[in-house]
Amino acid sequence: MENYVIEMLNITKEFPGIIANDNITLKLRRGEIHALLGENGAGKSTLMSVLFGMYRPEKGEIRKNGEVVNIGNPNDANDLGIGMVHQHFQLVEIFTILENIILGVEPNKYGFIEKQEARKKVIELSEKYGLKVDPDAYIEDITVGMQQRVEILKMLYRENEILIFDEPTAVLTPQEIKELLQIMRGFANEGKSILFITHKLNEIMEVADRCTVLRKGKYIGTVDVKDTTKEELSKMMVGRDISFHVQKDEGKSGDVILSVKNLTVPSKTHKNNAVRNVSFDIRAGEIVCLAGIDGNGQTEMVNAITGLERSSFGTICLKGEDITRAPIRKRSMEGMSHIPEDRHKHGLVLNYKLEENLVLQRYWQPEFQNKGFIKFKKVREYAESLIDKFDIRSGQGPLTPARSMSGGNQQKAIIAREIDKEHELLVAVQPTRGLDVGAIEYVHKQLVESRDSGKAVFLVSLELDEVINVPDRILVIYEGEIVGELDPKKTTPEELGLYMSGAKRDMIKEINDAG
Amino acid sequence: MQDNNGIDKKNRFNFKSITKSGGFTSLSSALMAIFLGLVFGFFVMLFASPPNALAGLRYIIFGGFNRIGNVFYFATPILMTGLSVGFAFKMGLFNIGASGQYTMGLFFALYAGFMWDLPPGIHWFAAILAGMVGGMLWGIIPGLFKAFLNVNEVITSIMFNYIGMYLVDMMIQGSSIMYTADKTRTKYLPQSAQIPSLGIPNSNVNLGIIFAIIIGIFLYIVLEKTIFGYELKATGYNKHAAEYAGMKGKTNIILTMLIAGGLSGLGGAFFMLSPSGIVGSSMTYEPINIIAANGFTGIAVALLGSSHPIGTIFSAVFISHIQRGGTLASLVGYKPEIIDLVIAVIIYFSAFAMIMNTALGKIVESRLGEKEAKEIEINDDVKEAE
Repeated sequence: MENYVIEMLNITKEFPGIIANDNITLKLRRGEIHALLGENGAGKSTLMSVLFGMYRPEKGEIRKNGEVVNIGNPNDANDLGIGMVHQHFQLVEIFTILENIILGVEPNKYGFIEKQEARKKVIELSEKYGLKVDPDAYIEDITVGMQQRVEILKMLYRENEILIFDEPTAVLTPQEIKELLQIMRGFANEGKSILFITHKLNEIMEVADRCTVLRKGKYIGTVDVKDTTKEELSKMMVGRDISFHVQKDEGKSGDVILSVKNLTVPSKTHKNNAVRNVSFDIRAGEIVCLAGIDGNGQTEMVNAITGLERSSFGTICLKGEDITRAPIRKRSMEGMSHIPEDRHKHGLVLNYKLEENLVLQRYWQPEFQNKGFIKFKKVREYAESLIDKFDIRSGQGPLTPARSMSGGNQQKAIIAREIDKEHELLVAVQPTRGLDVGAIEYVHKQLVESRDSGKAVFLVSLELDEVINVPDRILVIYEGEIVGELDPKKTTPEELGLYMSGAKRDMIKEINDAG
Repeated sequence: MQDNNGIDKKNRFNFKSITKSGGFTSLSSALMAIFLGLVFGFFVMLFASPPNALAGLRYIIFGGFNRIGNVFYFATPILMTGLSVGFAFKMGLFNIGASGQYTMGLFFALYAGFMWDLPPGIHWFAAILAGMVGGMLWGIIPGLFKAFLNVNEVITSIMFNYIGMYLVDMMIQGSSIMYTADKTRTKYLPQSAQIPSLGIPNSNVNLGIIFAIIIGIFLYIVLEKTIFGYELKATGYNKHAAEYAGMKGKTNIILTMLIAGGLSGLGGAFFMLSPSGIVGSSMTYEPINIIAANGFTGIAVALLGSSHPIGTIFSAVFISHIQRGGTLASLVGYKPEIIDLVIAVIIYFSAFAMIMNTALGKIVESRLGEKEAKEIEINDDVKEAE
């Protein structure tokens, strides 16, 4: 008999209208990195939540070292040495790193916290594993990558042996991803067992020993990573062949749709400008990608273009009309669609139903209202047509609360809303963040279709694959300035990386004058 | 076999969907909170005076039915302040200033009642509208501060409670037309300024309650069916998404506070302009530097009614009902304050009850069994096949 640390046998977990886990078996060996692969909504996170004690399965049992265990809540899981880095970090923003790490297991003497002791242990751990953190920094002040290290340190501090990483790379930059994978490898070599939830095939191929694939709540199979290929895994995951190459013909660019001149946007976090004197044009029928490492001014630039933030200098013109100071609604009416970076914060009203979210940009149009009253019948019809057209899947159709939908389908709903709305310019900010390969293929197809129908598409992306495969032109941003304009057909990831890291820069031609 | 089960299955399925609907959760948790509050009240009475506890509880629960007219009469102002708090809350604003708006509404109505000389059929209605304007004035100021300077509406409206109350008391005491100094209260309003009575014997109940209920239903329609309601709730749920969708956040904040203030102001007007059961007299106001309790009771009413306009109508009537009962409990020696205690406990438990309710719902569901889950699954498959 093989030596398994954790066995999850025949787990079944149901939610209203959906079976999230249907008779799933997962066996974790000691010292291995075991990837859990599946599309959004395939039941990966649910299965891990069962293991972590946040959900109780209807059927099935969990064994640790061969003995049946009962995990009723995360504390039980912790007692069994199971730790988890959640996809959405569970940190107290106004506490320091140290306070967050010891939260719940504070070492104390007569009720007073013994911080020095804790600090020593945290520093030891962070040095041992190369997880550099400043124990006294506040969570709200540190980067997402750093927050993740805090989450990992939390598990190490609790001396967990079974580490669950729920889509840990979704929020990281390429450099941070590399570091994280190395750290994970180190843990495994030390004898810790790792469950790695992801839908990024490259990462699985790079770091995992075995991989279990789920699809639509069902168990598909477990394979040895060294005996398989990316193509095979993606086929297991999606159930069909996936093309990693974006299909597109040569673009036909037309009139200038968006023209940005000398745009300068102040930063909210530091005194310097986040965007500095940036100029570029986007024409109808082309996809222009703004590439760069996160935090180089992309968010501020998009906010200025879409109206969420004020610029301090420069002009933004849409179809020749100055919209630099125009309100958001006006921009929307003039033909700007916006797929926002943060779909939970900006893209959706999570407490609203799907149909209400699908008309978020259009509820005030005569089609959907009569003298201030919403025509709910029209809204329902419209929602149903979008659900049909864009294949948005949910438990209760138009009546599904947006909160209960899977991330991929939430994104589909936003894309449906923004693409179906009359528009000339589509601003898509990290539209594939956190999506699986099937959904990424879908989103890219939609962007290309939008381009082919003569729209201008402004894509902001952090993913190198996306930057090279999707657009017709690449603009690279570094520290708020455009440092290079590249042709995706001619450039290489290495060259792109040099520009993105600021190691190389061009003098940008005054493209505005030509237009 | 499925055919045989057809009706049964449908029933059970409906029951399940009822337990999941938001309205049911709010209603059942409110009922549970009420039950727990009453039990708690009973124990307090048992502790205070054991032999009378049962009689006291009977008065609290059933006493109001003997004074049904007055139950509705006293429900009127707290219904309006409850609607005010609930409406603002839908947008994510905590209108703790209902008291001040109520007091301003009361004063404006009083002023219009004494100072304006209008024909009988119009006078009281004009005075009601004046009260609404007074409340709006006191509601819009915190709204403006919030919208333009991002000052927390809780702070502004608390301060405006005091400013409004002292201002009104000062103005009333300074006016010999409205105030009788020897009785330290306002004079009786002219007959033409009083809202027509509904003519129920031994009570002051008047057209005000009818107006209040109609306003509640009207608010429900505004919230659920209109663009304004859609924007308001969207802003309350997620103001970032509302901004992203181009909604005018500032305008909506100001408008919401204006309406909330107007609702509280109407509450003050309905209170002030009520006729009295005794011929020739009317309601009076005592300017004794106390913040109007009806404003704060409105917060309780709105919480118990889950900020839902229709729910608020019922919770206002209920709270008024046990308040009447509490007054009657004094017949067996209990202080009416015991009712304030019971209400406080009810509000306290309504938050707990939400949690317990979710747990209860889960138990019900698991009792319904796995078989049904499978049937639902089959239904879904059929739907997909279609």
